[in-house]
Amino acid sequence: MSQAIETFYDVMRRQGITRRSFMKYCSLTAAALGLGPAFVPKIAEAMGTKPRTPVIWVHGLECTCCSESFIRSAHPLAKDVVLSMISLDYDDTLMAAAGHQAEAALMDTIEKYKGNYILAVEGNPPLNEDGMYCIIGGKPFVEQLKMAAEHAKAIISWGACASYGCVQAASPNPTRATPVHKVILDKPIIKVPGCPPIAEVMTGVITYMLTFDRLPELDRQGRPLMFYSQRIHDKCYRRPHFDAGQFVEHWDDENARKGYCLYKMGCKGPTTYNACSTVRWNEGTSFPIQSGHGCIGCSEDGFWDQGGFYNRLHTINQFGIEANADQIGTVAAGVVGTSVAAHAAISALKRAQKKSQDKAQVAQSKSENTGA
Amino acid sequence: MATQTTNPPPTPPSAVRQTSVYVYEAPVRLWHWVNALAIVTLMVTGYFIGTPPVVGTGEAYNHFFFGYIRFTHFSAAMILTVAFAGRMYWAVVGNHHAKQLFVLPLWRAQWWREIFTEIRWYLFLESKPKKYHGHNPLAQLAMFMFITLGTLWMIVTGWALYAEGAGEGSWPDFFFGWLRGYVHNSQTIHTLHHLGMWWIVIFMIIHIYVAIREDIMSRQSIVSTMISGHRTFKDDDPD
Repeated sequence: MSQAIETFYDVMRRQGITRRSFMKYCSLTAAALGLGPAFVPKIAEAMGTKPRTPVIWVHGLECTCCSESFIRSAHPLAKDVVLSMISLDYDDTLMAAAGHQAEAALMDTIEKYKGNYILAVEGNPPLNEDGMYCIIGGKPFVEQLKMAAEHAKAIISWGACASYGCVQAASPNPTRATPVHKVILDKPIIKVPGCPPIAEVMTGVITYMLTFDRLPELDRQGRPLMFYSQRIHDKCYRRPHFDAGQFVEHWDDENARKGYCLYKMGCKGPTTYNACSTVRWNEGTSFPIQSGHGCIGCSEDGFWDQGGFYNRLHTINQFGIEANADQIGTVAAGVVGTSVAAHAAISALKRAQKKSQDKAQVAQSKSENTGA
Repeated sequence: MATQTTNPPPTPPSAVRQTSVYVYEAPVRLWHWVNALAIVTLMVTGYFIGTPPVVGTGEAYNHFFFGYIRFTHFSAAMILTVAFAGRMYWAVVGNHHAKQLFVLPLWRAQWWREIFTEIRWYLFLESKPKKYHGHNPLAQLAMFMFITLGTLWMIVTGWALYAEGAGEGSWPDFFFGWLRGYVHNSQTIHTLHHLGMWWIVIFMIIHIYVAIREDIMSRQSIVSTMISGHRTFKDDDPD
């Protein structure tokens, strides 16, 4: 800790960013994080005086879509600032160094900033066969993850992979791909799910943590509330059609052309927590529902194992056939209804039989009486 | 039909008319019918929420059809919840029949034996049913499994779903949002809520059938008891 660590502001100035642009960045960040204008000078001060927090970015089983999303952050400053800070330390996809050099850089950063760095994890470790399904620098990724996590201040789980497992953890999960929070149990973990997460959400979370030196407020599942407290459905611009009862019923019908609600097409907006309908994608250009396709719920736990992307309910396979709750319920109610009808018929027959028997008995005793 | 008698037991069975027994107190009966109405409303609106009917075209602000369906569903759910809370309270302060839905006498060997007696009765293997003031043991078990647990299930899953719209920090979220901490994907909660609905549909079919059947074939009144509160008996033979 002997050498002075430069501040964010230093890094920005070094990159040729003016004070004016820096202040713009601060106010935009405050707005993105849902903070009032009073926080703008606080952000500016924090970024101008605090030594920057180094970030180590490791990659397990993943497709790099998180990184791809991240480097496309709509706000160029956010990208420049955060990205330059990260690539300075360790990110095996983006850094210039390779091979032994890269691994040395990782060890260097861990050693130098013990207990101070943030560990960002993209992808997850497979645990089967001692983690042999994902090898980084000659060793299983799970070992690198544990080593890097040991001295981390906090961990960010980027994307659906690190947060929940995503496609490599989909049933039957042959490599036993396991989300980060089930491997690292003793560190604060913040989940930023999505496949990938929205770029502005990613830079926003990092900026918040670097600026305020703490985790943002999290929900019950460990996701930052400022981006994941509402469902896509809650802020969807097609919501009025939902309340009105105007739904698309086929992909090529008139209602689809009119941009009605995609609820009946299995849009997962009502069950998905994310900021797509407010922040949108690619510099706020669009998001899946706006382009006419329902949400597939990529930022939800186990989204590959929920049956089809076009259903409202799960597929339940316990009965040996593919069915959903309503089909099972209909069959069960049908069986019970039929049994009840049959039971009623038998009851009526039995009763009629008993009555005629009783009648016969009475008649018999009558005739016996008269006979005697 | 019941007439008072001064004859002390034991007397020849045929010479005695048994008095009626007051079984279901007014709050229990009120709950039964409010609950029945709420459940039917919830089923119909719930079906339409899962499979929405489509209204005409035109400006969205001219319609609030699906909104009304959901509003009705939520209102009925709130009535059902409050009624259930009231019913639980009455189980504490009411007569011992009011406790039957909440406490099963699992420790009584006779109760278990009579469950099988009842099963044999429904399989046409018993020629004569037993007499009960309250629920027979099989009915009590079914009520507990389907209505007590089923309603609780629907209240918890339903409010957890409602909490999603009410939002983080709202009181539905405070009381029921914890479910989403355990069941992460809310589509799973939707699925569980649908399964719970069918669980109660199955109960309804059986319940209505058996109530009418017992009214005709058993030795006591059933349907009228839930209206008047009095159980009357068709014969005075011993149990």
